[in-house]
Amino acid sequence: MSLVMPEPDLTTLARRAEIVAALRAIVPGEGVIDDPDELVPYESDGLTAYRQPPLLAVLPGTTAEVSAILAWCHANQVRVVPRGSGTSLSGGALPLADAVLLGLGKFNKILDINYVDRIAVVQPGVTNLADTRAVEDAGFYYAPDPSSQIACSIGGNVAENSGGVHCLKYGLTTNNVLGCEFVMMDGEVVRIGGTQLDPAGLDLLGVVVGSEGLLGVVTEVTVRILPKPETARALLIGFSTVEGAGQCVADTIAAGIIPAGMEMMDRPAIHAAEAFVNVGYPLDVDALLIVELDGVGAECDHLLGEIERIALANGAVSVRMSVDEAERVAFWAGRKAAFPAVGRISPDYYCMDGTIPRRRLREVLERIRALSDLYGLGVANVFHAGDGNLHPLILYDANVPGELNRAEAFGSDILRLCVEVGGVLTGEHGVGVEKRDLMPEMFTDADLKQQQRLKCAFDPKSLLNPGKVFPQLHRCAELGRMHVHAGRVTHPDLPRF
Amino acid sequence: MAEAAFPASESDVADAVADAVRAGERLAITGGGSKAGSGGDLPGRALPMNRLAGVVDYDPAELVLTVRPGTPLAKVTTLVAGERQMLAFEPFDHGPVFGRESGAATIGGVVAAGVAGSRRVSAGGARDHLLGLRAVSGRGEIFVAGAKVVKNVTGFDLPKLAAGSWGRLFAMTELTLKVLPRPETTATLFLSRLDPQEAVQAMAAAMGSQAVVACAAHRPARDGEPSLTALRLEGFAPSVAARAAMLERVLADYGPLNHAGEIEGEDFWAGVRTLALLPLAPALWRINVPPSAGAAVAAVMERLGAAWLMDWAGGLIWAAVDGAGEEVRAAADRAGGHATLVRSSAQERATVPAFHPPAPGLAALEERVRRAFDPDGVFETGRF
Repeated sequence: MSLVMPEPDLTTLARRAEIVAALRAIVPGEGVIDDPDELVPYESDGLTAYRQPPLLAVLPGTTAEVSAILAWCHANQVRVVPRGSGTSLSGGALPLADAVLLGLGKFNKILDINYVDRIAVVQPGVTNLADTRAVEDAGFYYAPDPSSQIACSIGGNVAENSGGVHCLKYGLTTNNVLGCEFVMMDGEVVRIGGTQLDPAGLDLLGVVVGSEGLLGVVTEVTVRILPKPETARALLIGFSTVEGAGQCVADTIAAGIIPAGMEMMDRPAIHAAEAFVNVGYPLDVDALLIVELDGVGAECDHLLGEIERIALANGAVSVRMSVDEAERVAFWAGRKAAFPAVGRISPDYYCMDGTIPRRRLREVLERIRALSDLYGLGVANVFHAGDGNLHPLILYDANVPGELNRAEAFGSDILRLCVEVGGVLTGEHGVGVEKRDLMPEMFTDADLKQQQRLKCAFDPKSLLNPGKVFPQLHRCAELGRMHVHAGRVTHPDLPRF
Repeated sequence: MAEAAFPASESDVADAVADAVRAGERLAITGGGSKAGSGGDLPGRALPMNRLAGVVDYDPAELVLTVRPGTPLAKVTTLVAGERQMLAFEPFDHGPVFGRESGAATIGGVVAAGVAGSRRVSAGGARDHLLGLRAVSGRGEIFVAGAKVVKNVTGFDLPKLAAGSWGRLFAMTELTLKVLPRPETTATLFLSRLDPQEAVQAMAAAMGSQAVVACAAHRPARDGEPSLTALRLEGFAPSVAARAAMLERVLADYGPLNHAGEIEGEDFWAGVRTLALLPLAPALWRINVPPSAGAAVAAVMERLGAAWLMDWAGGLIWAAVDGAGEEVRAAADRAGGHATLVRSSAQERATVPAFHPPAPGLAALEERVRRAFDPDGVFETGRF
């Protein structure tokens, strides 16, 4: 693996038995895992190209235990990597050889549901889908729906600011949480936000969400729940050109319509998906749009007609409207199975996650095609078209020497391209280790140092999830001194880890 | 208050901050002055942002607007309205709240104060619509955070801290905001003669229904006029009509649901926005609580003899009452929320902090976060 992680601290490695004993005193019995075989499941998260057994794993069950673990590690200078369900696609929960892996899986209870305030108070290990299941009998749901929602945890969603196919209309995690209980690296427990809409002081919750486990450990989350829409209907629209599909998306938004979901697939993705699920996707088109509308029936009926008109005006060659729920689900089946479908046509695939201004779509897809030729690797594109979040799937075979490295280089070029056209490195999967070294493509040294200074306000010893998000390690003391020199850095950057 | 400089560019701002740091001076970032009456007096030099004005980029199809902080709010709202779009958090101008003309507020001031109107309950606040920014830190360094696309999780979400920071972290020099389509049709429906408890229940039933209610507010009975509970529906005409019919069924237990005329509806929401529905008494409190606690807070306001209004389905109570700071803050505490003193006499402002006192652990963390952006406290004027 080409990834460089912080050098393990030899003193910590030598103290492993002592650390195990100390944490067993906090979390008795099977809550501390030190057997190498039992640590195997924790070696990796959803970014399986990278693997590293942790020093040990600890699975606390209460906030008091989390607090005591962090306080002990803080006092003893031991690094900690928090983990939810381990579905991160950016390596956010990748262990370190010298770090305690802190698993939140035992925090799996729903603590309170309040339909007047339209909130649920849940523990971080509750899965995204379980949150919806808990409130659906009352007609409610939790809106953010990342593809991994059956497995991914709310705590992980908070760490990654997870999105999903409905986030253009309903927002990311950050727009759907109100508060959390939060343990800082020194063990202090604080409550951030609350059950009301605005925080009392600084919006600390706003930076905790999406902080990728670098600021603290969330032990309770208050999420907003929404009434489930009366109806959902979908359109399946084929276009002979990508431009036509892109213009249809732009014209839909210009007409004042924000659909619940608006997904695009290119020809290779359409063919892979249709071969896998057989739901009748048109195979003679270059782009396929799935547009979902939700709300009252009258609204869906009205807007289906509007979007059909816009689609035909942009050269749509096929338009199907779902007539019932089974057909709506079928329209989605291919899109939702796009990743495993691509997995059938290629031994391995690597999923990218850049966002671009939609107006640059055609150019970006053309250049991705050219890069595909250059690297000699296939690519299939699925795209959250409404918000410009592109997921190219790079096809490769890890058993062919050099292909993984080529796939990674190809992926990095795609992300550089996203930034070059005015977009970003990651729309919803997070930076983690995967895009860490690309951060300077998007941010200057001053920008990154400002973010790291925020990290220092929460974790001055940099013990929490080191090696993630930031490409260079700066000591907090160093970052704090810098202002004296009015921007002129007197100390050269510390060597890259 | 003396002016440190009248910056016309981002580098002017950076120079002004660096100069202030060197001289050991404090800077008070100012915009249109529409909220200058909040908090204590502003010691230190003013850093007016008014000349950093104008639109940098606006692409309606991308739903993204980039603008400089000194741009008047009214210009921004007119610009996006021209493309049939809006700032969905419904920002408003504090001028009328302080008995002044409207039109002074700037977009930078609106975002820095986290000002959001009635639609906050369904569409989010300023924090939810600020996608990216350029700013000058208390070190005098220019930095960028967030981005100019609607979906981004690259790096820490520093823009969230800007909304509601009241200029205590950094000086924003450019803001990128998410804009959304303006609703084609708006309808306001009124229930009348509900008491606060019934109003909160009715608003919860409406917000929890499939009618997709944009705003829910309540004006209590006053001077022989019965109370009004208002629900706003927005969207395409066939949808609004269907949802209004749905609300009649959902709210059947709360008495007749009357359709307001267009002008009557707009008047009501304007009254909530400008607080024209409340007397211009010296002290004005903004109390933020979970909606289920709204009626209990309202009961305290009644006992204190306050004039009050409820917005956000009961989650926001505006109350005009003098000399009752302790009672108001205690009521907010009991409700699990907080109370901000928005407007008051100079005497009260000198003794009652504008912001609700945070828990000690949180106060220390907030202090460290402020120092992360502003190590020398150049933006700490002591106003709050």
